[in-house]
Formats: sequence, structure tokens, C-alpha cells
Amino acid sequence: MFQVRIHGRGGQGVVTGAEMLSVAAFIEGRHAQAFPSFGSERMGAPVIAFCRIADREIRLREPVQDPDCLVLQDPTLLKVMDVFSGLRENGFLLVNTNKTFDDLHLGAIVEKLPAGHAVIVPATDLALKHVKRAAPNAALLGAFAALTGLVHFDSVKRAIAETFPGRIGEANIAAAQDAYDLVMAQERATAA
Amino acid sequence: MLKQIEGSHAMAEAIALCRPEVICAYPITPQTHIVEGLGELVKSGELENCEFINVESEFAALSVAIGASAAGARAYTATASQGLLFMAEAVYNAAGLGLPIVMTLGNRAIGAPINIWNDHSDAMSMRDAGWIQLFAETNQEAVDLHILAFRLAEELSMPVMVCVDGFILTHAFERIDIPEQAQVDAFLPPYDPVQVLDPENPASIGAMVGPEAFTEVRFLAHYKQRQALRLIPAFSAELGKIFGRATGGLLRTYRIEDAETVVVAMGSICGTIKDTVDEMREDGVKIGVVCLVSFRPFPVEALGEVLAEAKDVVVVEKSIAVGVGGALADNIEGALRNLEKRPRLHSAIAGLGGRPIPRDSLRRLFETAVTDPWEGPHFLDLNDRVVGREIHRVRKVRRSGSTAENILRQLALTSQLPQD
Repeated sequence: MFQVRIHGRGGQGVVTGAEMLSVAAFIEGRHAQAFPSFGSERMGAPVIAFCRIADREIRLREPVQDPDCLVLQDPTLLKVMDVFSGLRENGFLLVNTNKTFDDLHLGAIVEKLPAGHAVIVPATDLALKHVKRAAPNAALLGAFAALTGLVHFDSVKRAIAETFPGRIGEANIAAAQDAYDLVMAQERATAA
Repeated sequence: MLKQIEGSHAMAEAIALCRPEVICAYPITPQTHIVEGLGELVKSGELENCEFINVESEFAALSVAIGASAAGARAYTATASQGLLFMAEAVYNAAGLGLPIVMTLGNRAIGAPINIWNDHSDAMSMRDAGWIQLFAETNQEAVDLHILAFRLAEELSMPVMVCVDGFILTHAFERIDIPEQAQVDAFLPPYDPVQVLDPENPASIGAMVGPEAFTEVRFLAHYKQRQALRLIPAFSAELGKIFGRATGGLLRTYRIEDAETVVVAMGSICGTIKDTVDEMREDGVKIGVVCLVSFRPFPVEALGEVLAEAKDVVVVEKSIAVGVGGALADNIEGALRNLEKRPRLHSAIAGLGGRPIPRDSLRRLFETAVTDPWEGPHFLDLNDRVVGREIHRVRKVRRSGSTAENILRQLALTSQLPQD
């Protein structure tokens, strides 16, 4: 079972992101479970969403405590909570930022992860460019597909299109494509 | 058809397949998405011959359902938490009048203090109201139980409450098999009421009944609900055959053959417990779990059968009957009373107000039950320090204020101190 935890703020599409990821996994014939850390959702408040992906029925209902992948949609949360809690030694880290890991003082955490397991992607910038809204969730899913290889990017695109039919979907897919390409380029650079 | 879909939405689709004629509900978290989904299906015309009635409160929601049901319509409503309390009088009336209303309860804690998260306090508050109460372990089961509920309700002329863990199930996106209309139609015949209010043949229902007959009325309600102990397994088997999957039943067992410790629980926590059982089995611990689906009627005999060989029975429940302990544990005690080799019973209260129930806590609980059993109810993952400080403070200060706010203040303070 692969477990993902997404940290963001209300209004950034955190929950929808987890749901779309579960749909992408479902499209590939896998079992997936997406759920939010339930609270009184309001714009700007810290929100956590989870997604589990497995090849058999998922019975577990506890929040994801030891994620295989951590998606940080909003680095301002670093000051608010321990977002890295339980992140596995061989886990993946995906951060939405136009800064560097060092700018965010995350160098020590990135070093502990295997090479190529931590990437940054300016998902909000990409969302603003394509969707004209600061909702980085779709772009981050594109980056997730590139980083983990857990789901095909085609499935991510289909999941986005199912969730947002029409032009909004197309714009989100364009943002996801850019993010996917950016991360693939980073991965190639690391491998080289 | 397999879909990756939110639990609430799947339930809405399943309820629509049951062809309800009147739906009335008042929004309350975490049940809202279900009736929202149904409202959309009515508006789009996908759900035909159904009136969606917006009401001003939960009391009105169930009262309208009562009126609709008494007039011969298949009626549905949904609520949670304080909403259920607000309709409490109508809850008893629906049962007393013998009206086959189906209601979803998106299980949520009851205030004060306000808490929107999941536990089973709401369902427990109405456990003696005369409704059948079924608990869903998964969203798939929630879908199936609603279809079962209409058939059961109408067969017995008795309301059925389908209890679904708020957020944990209602808000989870999962793979769910939504049945075909023909499959549901094959299982659920059109509603044929046993009593109908008809202006052509005026009659009254719910009239005054004095001491000369009230006991008999209640005896028959009890007698009637006990019929469900036979009907639930029969209908579940029938439904399972049509849908091609095992579903419902009074209870389900998991790895209890040769189990020395058997856990009993209701609702979505059974999934996490099964995973815990698998882990412990790998380490050679003889443990299994019984997932109780039917809480009302309470299947004393079926429970006695599956618990007869256990040495230790651990009941994990998401509510606390203040002043007594666990209501479910008390009921299970009754089922164990006449067993030849009576197992030890251990009562645990867990997941109150949405507190997560992790596997490692459960494992510790199950191990401790055998090695170091406790007296009375054990509160899983209780913060002893917070409780201790508050008890101490209340002893010292007469005007000690609200416990809830004091504890929040204490937690805020400790979070600013260096952790030990």
C-alpha cells in the first residue's frame, strides 16, 4: 500500500487533489481511498487530505501517519505544524514553491531522503498561468506522477478531466502537464 | 457498475435506485452531501416521481416523512447528531406508528461542547426508540444496507436507521459498486403499505392508548422487531445473490476460528481492527473480530454462538453512556451471560468526537486486555495528564468554570512549552 498525505490550506483544492489522485489510481484498476482530515473547512485554514493506493481492498481507516509521499501545497505551513511527521525514510517529498529547498531551510530533510525523491515545483505559478486561480492541486498531481511513477500521467489527465469537465479541466491539465515536464527534467538531471 | 466516488454520493445513488417518493431533509454535517446528491437527482429528473421537500428543521423533516409515509409514500430522510436530537419526539412516533421510513444517520458526536466529528453518541441516544439500527462497515455496505433497509422496513412496517460513520465513510472517495436499477427492482417490490391515511376512508392513527392496552402495544413492537433477526439474514442472502457479493447480515466474523481473543465493534472501525488482527495473527496471536451490523434488534443468540469459544471479548465502541460505561459492552454482556464457559469481557471507549483510532493503540489495547485487564470502561488513548490536572484544579477552585474550555487552555499552554 502506498500512502500520500497532502498539506495545504482551505481553498487550495487539497481535498479535491486527493480525490483526483484516487480516481487516477481507480482508472488503472487499483483500489484507492481518499479522505480529508475533517474539520470546519474555511478558506486559509490548514487542511490535510490523504490518499491510499493498493492492489487489494483498503480497510484501514486511520489517518495516514507514515506517508510514502508528502505533498506540501503551502510552505507557510512549515511554521504552523510538523508536516513531515512520520515521513518514511525512503519516501517522496513534493513541495509547491518558487523558492529552493535551501530557501525553505529544508536541506536537512531532503538529504535524508534518497536522491531524486524530493522535488520542488512552482504549482501555484503554473495554476495562475493556466487556470487563473491559485489552486495548485492539479499541477501537483502532474508532478506526483513524474516523481513517484505510481500512476501514469494519462490517468492523472483523465481524472482531472472527469472532475472538471470542459475548459477548466483543460486548463488544469495544461498546468499538470507543465509540472509533469518540469519534474521529469529535474529527475533526468538527478539521474545524469 | 464500479465507480470511484464519495460515500455520500454513492448512498444518494443507491437511495434513488430504491425509488423513494418523498424525500425531506434539513442539512447538517456530515450527512448533507447525501441529501444534496438526492436533491440534484430529483432536480435533473433522473429520480422520477419523487418530491423533494425542503423543511425548516429536523423536527419538520421527520414529521413530513411521517405524514408522507402514513399517506402511502415511500419516504426517506437523513440527519446526524443534534439534528437527530431535535427530531427525537418524531423518531419515537415514527416507530410507534409503525411507519417504514428509512433514515440515514451520518454518525456524529453530540454536544456540548460542540463537536462535528464522528462517534456513535447520536445513534445510541435513540437505541430504545423502536427503530431497527444497522451499522455500515464500508461505503459498499452503506449502499447495500439502504436497499436492504427499505425492504426490511416495508416488510415489517417499522422504520430503519442506517448508521454510517460521519466523515470516515460519508466523505471518503472509494471504489464502490453501484447496482443496476433492474437489480434493485428485483429485490425491492413497490411499497404496499399496511396502513394508509385516505380522505375517502377517514381514519386516525396514533390515537390515545391507555393502561389497558399500552403494554400489549409495546410487547408487539418488541415482538415485531425480533422478527428482523430472521429477516435480516434472509434478505441479506437474497440481496447478496442478486448483487454477487456477501453483504449485511446480523453480524460478520473475521478470523474467529480458534480465536482466544475476540473483538466486537460496529461500523467503519471494523476495517482498521481487521488489519490489526492480521498483524497480530502474523505474530501468532489467536485473535479475531466480530463486526456487528444489527444493533437493533440486538442478535443475542448469534453473538452467543460466535463468542462461545472465546476466552476474552474486547468491545470497542464509539460512545459512552455517562455513569455506566459502554452501552454496547453492556448489551454484549447480556449475550455472554448464559454461555457455559463465559469469556471475560473488556470494555473500551474509543474514537470519541473524531479522535483517530490507530492500529498501534488497538494492538496495545487487545494485548493489555489479556495480560493486564482493567475494570470498567477503558478510554483508549486518554490523555491522563490533562485529565489529572483538571481534576486537581476543580478540587482546589470552587468556581472552576467550564471543563471543555479549561482543557483547551491547558492544551494550548502545553503546546507552547518544550515537550518532554
